[in-house]
Amino acid sequence: MSDVQREVSELERKSATAARLFDIRRIIGGLFTVYGIIVTIAGITASDADLDKAVGVNVNLWTGLGMLALGIFFLVWLKLRPTAPPPPPPASEDDRQPQR
Amino acid sequence: MHVLAAELRLPTNWLDYLILAIYFAVVLGIGFAARASVKTSLDFFLSGRSLPAWVTGLAFVAANLGATEILGMAATGAQYGVAVVHWYWVGAIPAMVFLGLVMMPFYYGSKVRSVPEFLLHRFDKPAHLLSSGLFAFASILISGVNLYALSIVVEALLGWPQWVSIVVAGFFVLAYITVGGLSSAIYNEVLQFFVILAALIPLTVLGLKRVGGWDGLTDTLTKQHGGDFLSAWGGTGIGDANPLGANWLTIVLGLGFVLSFGYWTTNFAEVQRALSAKNLSAAKRTPLIAAFPKMFIVFIVMIPGLVAAALVPRIGLEGSGLTYNDAIPLLMSELLPNGVLGIAVTGLLAAFMAGMAANVSSFNTVFTTDIWQKYVVKDREDRYYLRFGRLVTAIGVVASIGTAFLAASFSNIMGYLQTLFSFFNVPLFVVFIIGMFWKRASVKSGFYGLLAGTAAAMANYFVIYKQGVIAIPTDQGANFVSAIVGFVAGAVVMVAVTLFTAPKPEEQLAGLVYGTRSPGMEEPPAEGDDAWYRRPALLGWGAIILAAALYLPYSL
Repeated sequence: MSDVQREVSELERKSATAARLFDIRRIIGGLFTVYGIIVTIAGITASDADLDKAVGVNVNLWTGLGMLALGIFFLVWLKLRPTAPPPPPPASEDDRQPQR
Repeated sequence: MHVLAAELRLPTNWLDYLILAIYFAVVLGIGFAARASVKTSLDFFLSGRSLPAWVTGLAFVAANLGATEILGMAATGAQYGVAVVHWYWVGAIPAMVFLGLVMMPFYYGSKVRSVPEFLLHRFDKPAHLLSSGLFAFASILISGVNLYALSIVVEALLGWPQWVSIVVAGFFVLAYITVGGLSSAIYNEVLQFFVILAALIPLTVLGLKRVGGWDGLTDTLTKQHGGDFLSAWGGTGIGDANPLGANWLTIVLGLGFVLSFGYWTTNFAEVQRALSAKNLSAAKRTPLIAAFPKMFIVFIVMIPGLVAAALVPRIGLEGSGLTYNDAIPLLMSELLPNGVLGIAVTGLLAAFMAGMAANVSSFNTVFTTDIWQKYVVKDREDRYYLRFGRLVTAIGVVASIGTAFLAASFSNIMGYLQTLFSFFNVPLFVVFIIGMFWKRASVKSGFYGLLAGTAAAMANYFVIYKQGVIAIPTDQGANFVSAIVGFVAGAVVMVAVTLFTAPKPEEQLAGLVYGTRSPGMEEPPAEGDDAWYRRPALLGWGAIILAAALYLPYSL
């Protein structure tokens, strides 16, 4: 292995991303659920002017429901398949040092 | 690029601004929440090589789906018609599949942290330094294009002064990348991908309804522009005149092979997403997963462009008051009520910021690991490079603001970007492809190939085309030709230099050239990666066949 490969392997071992990074599904699910609710309400309370503008389609209602479905999909997916715990790091000198 | 017409001011209200404000809060939240995961420079620059394939795959497509791409491709649709599909089906899918199936084992397996770092192993320091320098320069330039485009769009749509949106967008990108690193950039890209879909799908549906469905749209456009406007290949015979100014040969070779492979396989802003995947299988699947949304996104970009062309027959011409780039903003203001309008504005702003963030987060990596760590301040502890990476991120954003105004002289943002890519990516691609597949390609050939290709593409565009030595009908057509010229010049020079200089010793090429393997690359497949739907070959060939099938309705 070249020096760079050794360096990257070493950094990969010390990396904290796998262990500490949160799951993006939670954020997508949360944001789209909130957006879905807001836009669906805008659709339910749509004025005639809104409907006329969108060539007769209640676009807020449909888009809101679509976003809500996407948000719920991500939350359900997260619930059914939670983030896998990261594999235990191989024991070595560095790992026994106290965490900062 | 012209300033958008003043009548495009959107009737936004508190609801739209609420949606926008929530998004900005979430963007910052992601940055700060990702902060805890950044412990080493590898976490900051490559997410510790630990992300799942669906995340890197969606980030891969979103990094390309910046607002300049969205507005520019809708503009191309309004200007050239259905021919815009070439940028997706022949101009993206084959290259993405090639990257995943053929090149990724070398990129990921060799453990390089960037595209230029691969050149350092395969060739030598001059080639590495030249490509790092060109990349750093191009990223800042393109990032500046994004920021400038954002400012004029926001000024037209929301009435914010240009400097306000430049400072605000710059600040947000600066904050979330400096704090959370690449993980933060990638997560925001995934989020942006879904928001942009939520914005463009309703716009496409309403646009079609407005002009009487697909049949109504094609009838109107055929009357206005003739049948070739709605055909992918109509009028592209060699010697025929068509609006694109290119024939099938320059489309397939220039766009489909040279420009597209250059962009998708060697542009580090893209490849970086795949390098951050958690294992080789996920890295290979990154561009393959991205290929499927990519081939369908053309519909929600092209159709608004075509609808705008049908509604405003003189769009882009003198006297209409609208440029081609106004296609999507025009439909937003005409069709979307408050609520969805807020989603669309958010999607557009998110896409601008993500496009800029992709460039900034790849720039900081190349500048820190390829330039600073290798040539300026070597052998310091990892924490130093992590700190320096954060500093360079800030410098990169400030420099982008400074270059934002370079974009002002082109009427089509996309043309400008394509021009840049033909200069910076095409020579890089030729050096990669020869270096990866020809063991004999000598150590020195990389540098000279890169230099010759870049010089030739620039000479063709700025001297031969711009000075009118050879007449090429349009900027786009000239880009395709310049790309081919750069490719051929780079290849010829590489072969010539190789014949007179020493090859690299065989043992140093392990894992870098086709037919060799990296030592230590034989990792066992992760659990579940042997599922049939995760097989890279199936995903890759499936994407190619589907893209070819999509051409059929527009080619007969």
